[in-house]
Amino acid sequence: MKMKTNFKEPIPLSHLEAGQRGRVCTPVGGGEIPARLRDLGFVPGTWLEVRRRAPLGDPVEIELRGYRLCLRTEQLDAVRVEVEGSHP
Amino acid sequence: MSAASGLHTSPVRVALVGAPNAGKTTLFNALTGASARVGNYPGVTVERRQGTLVGSAEPIEILDLPGTYALHGETPDEQVVTSVLAGEQAGERLPDALVVVVDATTLRRGLALVREALDRGLPTLIVATMIDEVKARGGQFDPMKLSRLTGVHVLGVVGHRGVGLDPLRRFLEDPQSWPAVVSDAAPTAEARFVWVDRVCDELQTESLRPDSRTDVLDRVLLHPVAGVAVFVAVMILLFQSIFAWAAPVMDSIDTGFAELGVLSRAVLPAGRLTDLWADGILAGVGSVVIFLPQIVILFTVLHFLQDVGYMSRAAFVVDRVMGWVGLQGRSFVPLLSCYACAVPGIMAARTIASPRERLATILVAPFMTCSARLPVYTLLIAAFVPATPVLGLGLQGLVMFGLYALGAFTAFASAALLNRTLLKGSVSVFYMELPPYRLPTAKLIGRQVWESASAFLKRAGTIILIASIVLWGLLTFPSAPIDPSLTPSQQASADLEASMAGRVGHAIEPAIAPLGFDWKIGIGLLASLAAREVIVSTLAQIYAVGDEQDFAGLRTALVNDVDPRTGAPAFTLPTALSLLVFFVFALQCTSTIAIMARETGSWRWPALAFGYMLSLAWVGSFVTYHLARAFA
Repeated sequence: MKMKTNFKEPIPLSHLEAGQRGRVCTPVGGGEIPARLRDLGFVPGTWLEVRRRAPLGDPVEIELRGYRLCLRTEQLDAVRVEVEGSHP
Repeated sequence: MSAASGLHTSPVRVALVGAPNAGKTTLFNALTGASARVGNYPGVTVERRQGTLVGSAEPIEILDLPGTYALHGETPDEQVVTSVLAGEQAGERLPDALVVVVDATTLRRGLALVREALDRGLPTLIVATMIDEVKARGGQFDPMKLSRLTGVHVLGVVGHRGVGLDPLRRFLEDPQSWPAVVSDAAPTAEARFVWVDRVCDELQTESLRPDSRTDVLDRVLLHPVAGVAVFVAVMILLFQSIFAWAAPVMDSIDTGFAELGVLSRAVLPAGRLTDLWADGILAGVGSVVIFLPQIVILFTVLHFLQDVGYMSRAAFVVDRVMGWVGLQGRSFVPLLSCYACAVPGIMAARTIASPRERLATILVAPFMTCSARLPVYTLLIAAFVPATPVLGLGLQGLVMFGLYALGAFTAFASAALLNRTLLKGSVSVFYMELPPYRLPTAKLIGRQVWESASAFLKRAGTIILIASIVLWGLLTFPSAPIDPSLTPSQQASADLEASMAGRVGHAIEPAIAPLGFDWKIGIGLLASLAAREVIVSTLAQIYAVGDEQDFAGLRTALVNDVDPRTGAPAFTLPTALSLLVFFVFALQCTSTIAIMARETGSWRWPALAFGYMLSLAWVGSFVTYHLARAFA
């Protein structure tokens, strides 16, 4: 469904499939939602895992910093991550 | 409590700060016991909880601040925390010291709030909760090490089992001796988490095993098929509990108040004061107290589901569907509760963290078909809708279903409309923690239910009391001259026509005549402002049926009523359908208006909802009446 683009290129968190792990690599920008995401622990260097998607594809359950959180896909575009194991 | 005479110097005050689900409420309850008082911060619907430290020689006040992920947030809850800690909250002293409550199983997240709290420069104590879970998951919590890394005292506790509470109480007796940190401030989230990661690396917190119970349960409860099935089952159970299980208690409250009225009349001398007591005050207060069983049952179930961790799973499952009309997963349970009564439903909307969706949910809640509409629907359908079978189903049942469906449809359509108009532009922040499943203690749930129930009785009760006295006055004064040739019920009918309500009924007739309503229905509509089902007893009074329990008698009287000018039946099928549609839409419920004002912190929103729903009711009834006449 989604193209596995350039391996090292950070991709929006919303593009991750269930079960994929990644590391937040850029600060998540300005505005209320990114500010909130930073408070929740989405800061550069933080490992996270997309655990599952809700029955209709949204929202998404994410594990980071030892806890689990669900967020809507549209909010995840603000976070860019390096996907683990995306090197050939 | 005996030492609480701090007249000369105000007692030392300690504020509890912590993230949602960190175990702060359990800790607060354990520390303050029965001394806790729950109120609201002025002007906002943020709960303010305060108590005094149990068993302390010196009075120590403990202020439980709302749960928050950060100390600079945007939601009303977070803004209160921010302004209290800045000493800027009206009527609130700056706390003398802070207790930061942090879940020991999620330090890599929770310590960011600890860092922010430390940076306030107040004497601070860190309390790490759930240390039993850390051990159960193969980890260890070292308070001494964390204390060394943070520069303040650290205590580990298990709140619901009372582990570690005695040392905590001793610390709390002398908060001014706690160290305060001033250096090493971290001004941004990034800087705070850099510090958190450094501390956690030292503490070696990575050794925790996953919580296997939560993993197993989530595999079922968040499953695309099984999760939805469990969700539906839980909602049916919830619906059943507030609809069916509450009914016997509600009936006995109803009978109890009716008997109290009869008893009062037997004991007290006949007269206006007795009428006011029996028909105004008792009936009015009874109409509020009757909701109590539903509120207690609903909140017991809700608090259990919330504390056990299921509510956020349920919201996860339905969020997408609710998102289509600008609501969110957490809106579902409040709206479902409204099938019983909008009052507990609107109160339940407190579980929605995002202010935008919370407001939308509250505003559309009264469209859901509450149980007070049922007597009205039953009466009119039984009287005017023929029981002809249609496609194997009774037409009466179909009409009833149609009314329920119309209500739900309008609620969702209105939410979508609100989303595109009034609420457009306000940011919706949807994030929800999926905490590990934890079994709450009965004590914790009991206390939360008690708080909700007593708040409901206190606040809504006063407004309803005033409203019912006013309405009683309108329906009573002035009375018609006594005519000995009339039967008592005919005299009552004449009195009602002569009363201010009767005059208003006549006065509004031109406005409601296009809907097929005459002045008698006008009085009924006016009386139903107190509560929808009151129209049944008022119509019984107007039609001089005598006994308002005489349902069949009232039905016959409605069907046989004749317009004195034309001689044609006054109450026809188009009129009945028009009135039914009016009841689907109109916000005729003082309790709902009062609770809306309280929960939104303003009379603007209930006024808007009332106007919107009344306009919709008028137009809907107008269309229904004329369509029905065209087809009849």
